[in-house]
Amino acid sequence: MIRLGWALLRRDLAVMWAGTGAWLPVLFFLAVAVVFPFAVGPDPRLLARMGGGIVWVAALLASIMPIERLVAPDIEAGFFDQWAVRGVSPAFVLLARVKAHWLSFAPPLMLSAVVAGGMLGLDARALGLVELGLLAGTPGLAALGVLVAAVTAGLRGGAALAGLLLLPLAVPILVFGAGALVAGGESGLALCAAASLVLVAMTPMMGGAAVKP
Amino acid sequence: MQGLALAATDLACQRGGRHLFATLSLTLAPGGALWVTGANGAGKTSLLRILARLLRADAGRVRWEGNIGLLDDRLALDRGATLGAALGFWARVDGVALADRAAYAARVGLSGLEDVPVDYLSTGQRRRAGLARLLGQGADHWLLDEPLNGLDAAGVGLIEALIAERRAGGGAVIVASHQPITLLGAQVIAL
Repeated sequence: MIRLGWALLRRDLAVMWAGTGAWLPVLFFLAVAVVFPFAVGPDPRLLARMGGGIVWVAALLASIMPIERLVAPDIEAGFFDQWAVRGVSPAFVLLARVKAHWLSFAPPLMLSAVVAGGMLGLDARALGLVELGLLAGTPGLAALGVLVAAVTAGLRGGAALAGLLLLPLAVPILVFGAGALVAGGESGLALCAAASLVLVAMTPMMGGAAVKP
Repeated sequence: MQGLALAATDLACQRGGRHLFATLSLTLAPGGALWVTGANGAGKTSLLRILARLLRADAGRVRWEGNIGLLDDRLALDRGATLGAALGFWARVDGVALADRAAYAARVGLSGLEDVPVDYLSTGQRRRAGLARLLGQGADHWLLDEPLNGLDAAGVGLIEALIAERRAGGGAVIVASHQPITLLGAQVIAL
């Protein structure tokens, strides 16, 4: 079981790196942070107030970028059939995929959030809260991406539907994660982590049921 | 039930409102073989997927004694990866030793191609890679859907030899194909 888990994780990461590359979400994330001051104006106080929220929205969008490549190609290529024949449950496969998806976007994102925070004029406290919030919230975003990818795999126009399905479910993480930045809102981090955990716990079972042949 | 590799009873399947087959029963002894034939759309693949328990039959039961391996036109090999990496993934899943991986690649005629991306392989070479994956799985019984597609004469001979070996080892083999294939003493189902 452990050997199988490593094999799955190793392949998932290799496929994700070989795809459009794990740097694309990061570049997208940084691009949003760069462009935003041009759009709303360079007022440092305004940017400092909005910066944390911008980082969060950019993180959410970056996490859903690879969503149509997360599950559907493996169904078409017959991977899930081969796992089913071997008695490997789709839930187990999807759990590995949540880990791989998180590893492929969250750590690079958290590193580049330091840069983005600098460009948006976040102070040390706000940046610390954003990083803690991302640590708590990104596993949930990764799970949600895999869940929605599994549910919409095989549907025509699945990618468009995926965005619509995903955004409302991501709102709790966004509300509590970004809400932690308000003075006295630090407890939002715990709620953000809780919402994140619920999604991580749900995804293998629900996504597995959706993928099962 | 005792001593049978496969017992399937009263299988029924309809796809898109069309009845493909009903009350289909079949048994296979260890070492047995079955050739499923029929025109395009007759339900060969549906029957095979029901027997592999990848498709729910509208009625009936499927019972295997031992584990099964499946080879169809979806080879489950990462097209962007090298052949060695794509097969290496399945070798790790199936717990195949390194020496055996090379032996299986040699057996299906793919030695020296480990560093070639799967995308660059010909159709026939990809089918052979699927065979290497199937050998590595070490399953008791085989389900092969159109295994001859894209293979040259030597490849057809290879498949027939591998099937004969698996049967000699006590495995049951089911082949769905519209092309003739040499299967000694095989049952035939024409859908």
